[in-house]
Amino acid sequence: MPTPSLTFRGEPMRMIYLDHAAAMPINPGVLEFAKRYLQSDFGNPSSLYSAGLEAKRIIEDARKKIAELINAENETCIVFTSGATESNNLAIKGTALRNIGKGKKVVASAIEHISVLNPMKELQKSGFELTIIPVDSTGIVDIEELDDSLTKDTTVTSIMYANNEIGTIEPIKEISEIVHEKGLYLHVDATAAAGRLPVDVQNDGIDLLTLSSNDMYGPQGAGALYIKPGVRLQSILPGGGQERGLRSGTENVFAIAGMGEAARIAKDEMAQESKRLRGIRDGLISEILKVEESYLTGHPTQRLPHHASFRFSRIEGESILLNMDMKYNVQVSTGSACTSRMLEPSHVLIAIGLKHEEAHGSMVLTLGRSNEVEEIPIITKAIKETVQRLRELTPL
Amino acid sequence: MAQIGYSKKVLEHFMNPRNVGTIENPDGYGKVGNPVCGDLMEMFISVKDDIITDIKFRTFGCGSAIATSSMVTELTKGMHIDEAMEITRDAVADELEGLPPRKMHCSNLAASALHEAIKDYKRKEED
Ligand code: FES
Repeated sequence: MPTPSLTFRGEPMRMIYLDHAAAMPINPGVLEFAKRYLQSDFGNPSSLYSAGLEAKRIIEDARKKIAELINAENETCIVFTSGATESNNLAIKGTALRNIGKGKKVVASAIEHISVLNPMKELQKSGFELTIIPVDSTGIVDIEELDDSLTKDTTVTSIMYANNEIGTIEPIKEISEIVHEKGLYLHVDATAAAGRLPVDVQNDGIDLLTLSSNDMYGPQGAGALYIKPGVRLQSILPGGGQERGLRSGTENVFAIAGMGEAARIAKDEMAQESKRLRGIRDGLISEILKVEESYLTGHPTQRLPHHASFRFSRIEGESILLNMDMKYNVQVSTGSACTSRMLEPSHVLIAIGLKHEEAHGSMVLTLGRSNEVEEIPIITKAIKETVQRLRELTPL
Repeated sequence: MAQIGYSKKVLEHFMNPRNVGTIENPDGYGKVGNPVCGDLMEMFISVKDDIITDIKFRTFGCGSAIATSSMVTELTKGMHIDEAMEITRDAVADELEGLPPRKMHCSNLAASALHEAIKDYKRKEED
């Protein structure tokens, strides 16, 4: 079927991309900055000749920029990895295994990313005790349950800064106080939050923090883990001893340089850009909630500024996504079972108490730099018409 | 476009489904739920001299579920009920130029909804 030719103000309608939680286009400024480090004749950062020294210098420069973004004590607190998944694995397994003498309990919230939950489950299989903390219907971690679950044997507690499926921001400071009163270390996955919220590891009381390059408009293939001075963990990737021995392997100089520059830009532009996106986001939420039997998922106010998520009764998310794409050139996401590899609904939507058929009708919009306020009426029209068409098809 | 990996034919049926709706006082009615992912499909048929003269469907489910129900109605309208009972999920998928492997169960759903409608018709005939 040919691409439908839609027009907007006489121009062919361009794609409206609303799935920044899945993948973000690299910032052209970041690419410009980092592209010279793609050259294959560039030195290995471990080499001593001048090209190697230049590679080493740019990595240290990136480390500094990232430390500044999250107000780390100093740049040596930052370890580069291949991405958020590896950072989460290093934080959880590396810390739990290194501190096994202090206890064998680990804790995570029910809405953590799968790259937090799976290493936790792996630890459980090897004899650790795992406790999953429930969340309320808005996605906020149950503080009392957390308080009750922590003991002095709990070495790693992992709670995300904000959730990328429902947008909810967790009360990290409050959580940090409880964790430090009762357990040992708090790991926070800030993949969705960094560059959008003023994450401050010292003020928030965070011991380990996961960052992703691509989620800040940096290149894919780099991530970082912040490790507070004094926190002890062991490598899960032994080898040549790069990154203070915590993460062996020749550094991905291009991606790291780009991640550093992305962090610098994020720090400079965050306040303004978050405000701009929040404006578009609020416009979308108020328009979309006019659709009959539509509901916001996640927290109404404690929410990422670029994030709007909904569910619509009696229709299914993959068909929403498909119709929005085919007919309106608008790219959205869903937590419906029909789109998942295992044909199971998103664990986040189940954790906030949705029934399977309710989780089916979920739709997630994540905004980014390319989105403009003028798009609000186009997006809302597309959603209204999509919901209406699919409801005409439904037996419910 | 179409990140899900559907064929052109599936997308075409999804965008322009045939025979959507209900039949009042149908000769046969079938409703099946999807045990795998929890979706729902219903089919209505009118039958004359064991020929399916009209068929309508309604589906709550993914793009593939909607496309396969549409295809089943298109395939079997005007068909003898005995022949329609022989329609398999593979036949429906083939007509749609294939389905991604993890979407084959949606095709199953469409075929079963039709078979249920025919069985319902036969039951009524016997009474
Ligand atoms: S109806 Fe759920 S995968 Fe097709």
